[in-house]
Amino acid sequence: MTIETASQAAYLVAALLFILALGGLSRHETAAVGNQLGIAGMALALATTTAVTVHDNVPVTNLVVLVVATALGGGIGLRRARVVEMTGMPELIALLHSFVGLAAVLVGWNGYLLVEHAAHGAEALDLQSQDMLGIHHAEVVIGVFIGAVTFTGSIVANLKLSARIRSAPLTLAGKNLLNLGALAAFVGLTAWFCARPQLWVLVAVTVVALALGWHLVASIGGGDMPVVVSMLNSYSGWAAAASGFLLDNDLLIITGALVGSSGAYLSYIMCRAMNRSFVSVIAGGFGIVGVPAEDGDVGEHREMSAEQVAGLLSGASSVIITPGYGMAVAQAQYGVAELTRKLRDRGVQVRFGIHPVAGRLPGHMNVLLAEAKVPYDIVLEMDEINDDFPATDVVLVIGANDTVNPAAAEDPTSPIAGMPVLTVWEASNVIVFKRSMAVGYAGVQNPLFFRENSSMLFGDAKDRVGDILRAM
Amino acid sequence: MIDTTGGSPTDLDRPTGDPDVIGVLREASPGETRVAATPATVRQLVALGYDIVVEAGAGARSGFDDASYVAAGAVIGDPLRAGVVLGVNAPTDEQLEGLRDGATLISILGPASNPDVVEALSRRPITALAMDAVPRISRAQSLDVLSSMANVAGYRAVVEAAHVFGRFFTGQVTAAGKMPPANVLVVGAGVAGLSAIGVAGSLGAVVKATDPRPEVADQVRSLGGEYLPVESADVEVSATGYAREMSDDYGSRAAALYAATVPGMDVVITTALIPGRSAPVLVTAEVVAAMRPGSVIVDMAAANGGNVEGTVPGAAIVTANGVTIIGYTDLAGRLPAQASQLYGTNVVNLMKLLTPEKDGRLVLDLEDAVQRAMTVVRHGEPTWPPPPVHVSAAPAEPPAADPAVAPPSSARRSTADRLGGTLALGFALLLLAALAPPTLLPHLTVFALAIVIGFYVIGHVHHALHTPLMSVTNAISGIIVVGALLNLANDEPAVIVLAAAATLLASINIFGGFAVTRRMLAMFSRS
Repeated sequence: MTIETASQAAYLVAALLFILALGGLSRHETAAVGNQLGIAGMALALATTTAVTVHDNVPVTNLVVLVVATALGGGIGLRRARVVEMTGMPELIALLHSFVGLAAVLVGWNGYLLVEHAAHGAEALDLQSQDMLGIHHAEVVIGVFIGAVTFTGSIVANLKLSARIRSAPLTLAGKNLLNLGALAAFVGLTAWFCARPQLWVLVAVTVVALALGWHLVASIGGGDMPVVVSMLNSYSGWAAAASGFLLDNDLLIITGALVGSSGAYLSYIMCRAMNRSFVSVIAGGFGIVGVPAEDGDVGEHREMSAEQVAGLLSGASSVIITPGYGMAVAQAQYGVAELTRKLRDRGVQVRFGIHPVAGRLPGHMNVLLAEAKVPYDIVLEMDEINDDFPATDVVLVIGANDTVNPAAAEDPTSPIAGMPVLTVWEASNVIVFKRSMAVGYAGVQNPLFFRENSSMLFGDAKDRVGDILRAM
Repeated sequence: MIDTTGGSPTDLDRPTGDPDVIGVLREASPGETRVAATPATVRQLVALGYDIVVEAGAGARSGFDDASYVAAGAVIGDPLRAGVVLGVNAPTDEQLEGLRDGATLISILGPASNPDVVEALSRRPITALAMDAVPRISRAQSLDVLSSMANVAGYRAVVEAAHVFGRFFTGQVTAAGKMPPANVLVVGAGVAGLSAIGVAGSLGAVVKATDPRPEVADQVRSLGGEYLPVESADVEVSATGYAREMSDDYGSRAAALYAATVPGMDVVITTALIPGRSAPVLVTAEVVAAMRPGSVIVDMAAANGGNVEGTVPGAAIVTANGVTIIGYTDLAGRLPAQASQLYGTNVVNLMKLLTPEKDGRLVLDLEDAVQRAMTVVRHGEPTWPPPPVHVSAAPAEPPAADPAVAPPSSARRSTADRLGGTLALGFALLLLAALAPPTLLPHLTVFALAIVIGFYVIGHVHHALHTPLMSVTNAISGIIVVGALLNLANDEPAVIVLAAAATLLASINIFGGFAVTRRMLAMFSRS
């Protein structure tokens, strides 16, 4: 057994641990174990790589750098993980994606510095003897490209999610042409770099990719962020896989491909839930289909006071709560959980209906409700609960709009036509918690508000839920 | 007073004339305590425009004397001469012979389990509606006599058990010592079972319940009971709203559950019935023998053979080990006033449905699914069994638009598409791999396989776990740190700086990702 075979064996085991980790994460019962397996795999991979580095008789200063960088990064990561608010989870995850992207760019650049830049170095000669130099050129460019797109894309997603830039989609003239042009430039530059590995080409690729990533996500609106975040997750995996090809490292390839394809599949699930084409999401800017809401005569809405809602809830036997991003914004999940407990103690059947794209991250609502200690077995997804609305006395729509819009099901001319929605309007009573009568993210008027069985409860969701609790 | 125009009362378009007369029978069976109308429901029938004739002594066993019926607006007389005759049980031969031609008979007939009744009824030129053949749809719940009687029977089952059981149901701490609460198991959470759960719970017992349909778990809990699931892949989706017979595997798991729980119980109430079959035996003689002396079993399925081995229908017996098995088949009738009132209200609700004009004239509309389902004989023609009615909770058949053409062609197209896409992708991969230098091939192999694994491994991810899954994949994609670490084995300063930065970033990812996943997963809890 040499250090070579030992490290390969360790990498293999680590890769298998990662596969088991992802598999474990798909069910509640095994999720915690899955996370542990992931940690074990990562520890094994880190230990093995460190051992290989030490074995290569690396100077001590380099080892110190290694330890310091890892410890520093670990410390920052653990701190961020401990202090992050659950409502801030989407921003954090987007930010973490950007780190993977940037790391991939740096690894790519290192590949260039070690081989192309030092054309007569040992590694370059070694590659040349295997006729792999051309492949290496391509790998450098591709790795840097994917990494850079992931990096800026994630940064923009993070800024939009944390409301530091406007979340409305950026609509530059000919934005599709811009994207296609960037891709064409990338292909051309790759070809150039393979023929003549010059520094300026790599710089150009990096700049183009950074710009493309920025533009791609900037042209997608804040409401479609669940898909974007999961798409960036996928991109960060491909970036890692590209680095694996560059470094001849199977562990990176396997892990990157795992993350890449599972993230892509998750995005696909999201797209199907919104009835959008997967391709148009990847191409970016699919969130701008919202045509201005027609100012037709939609009818009168009714208002209800918190006391009246409390009375309605007291007489109900079955209640469904459908939360949306508004609940996260208002931090209303604790009040909602308290309301749920009170109602359940009185023998009222309370359940939650979660639309697949509610919130700003896939599963965002579930995490918020779990944080507030709502038992997960009463939190159901759209397909599980949609048939139960007709038998429900009261539906509380808290901060959701487009995901409960009957126009999606009934009006073929609506911009969101065909998107599966929670059919809340089939319940006996619908209470909509909303700040004002303004339209939702998609810019579409919601006929739900004007239905006979709907009433509006205006104001901040957290305050209003508190009012209801007091009235009960 | 009695309609003598000769027209059948069930014709859809009759000339106007005198209102129909409703006759209320005195039940002929000596064990039957109920009556089809109480003074309160007679008032409602009168309000619908009918004239009422009540047989002398009809309500005596339910505690309603003839005077109270007269006070409610009825006349005491011969109900068989009326155009509409209300009863609780299927008529005796004499009653049947005594019915007028063209009369409408409304009572519990049991057409499913008792085809002879339909045959006997169809020998007379009459129309018969079975109160126990109401379809289980929301609209018809107000006439569902099976539900209302099951509710009464469930209540009475607990009372019978409490009567025989030698101790309190509720736990108490008194100066004379501490008493534990009684443990009650209810088998089958239908209407009777749920009623029993509620009553036993309100007496203070600790109630557990089991049922093959997992969707009733919430209903059990809503009444304060604990739901015991039978762990099985064979999850039941019932299209009719009733339980159906379960597979062998399920049966053996259920038997194991009973063997484990029943012996520790003080009171067991079994309610498992499967329509049109004899009741399943759920509690075997060995399990009964393992129970403590003084325990009580109420077998509500006794009339259909019983859920408990050793049940004697219609009687209460005590086993060798001192367990009382109550097999009364007339539990609802043991609360006669309550049962009659509920039955009578079901009948009134039916009459409301049959009297759309509220003019005292009965109109039977066989286009209506509820009325069609209940009608077992029409003008002497048997009309049983009715076409199936789907309960509202079951998903409706998807509307097949243009069934002959559209679906097959689209299916063909998508199959061809998929095949074509796969082949094209395969060919592209083949080209790529063939053109790649030999040293790249192993990498391409693992790359392709890992993509497929990634796809399958999260194929059935639970929707609530999307965020934790994403944060864990994010942590795992921090594996790029391996690349950065490998770069560190170098003495090029620029490379080392870049590698150190990459290591730092990836480490944030790894540690942060795993820690945040852990934090999230710790929050998920089941109720």
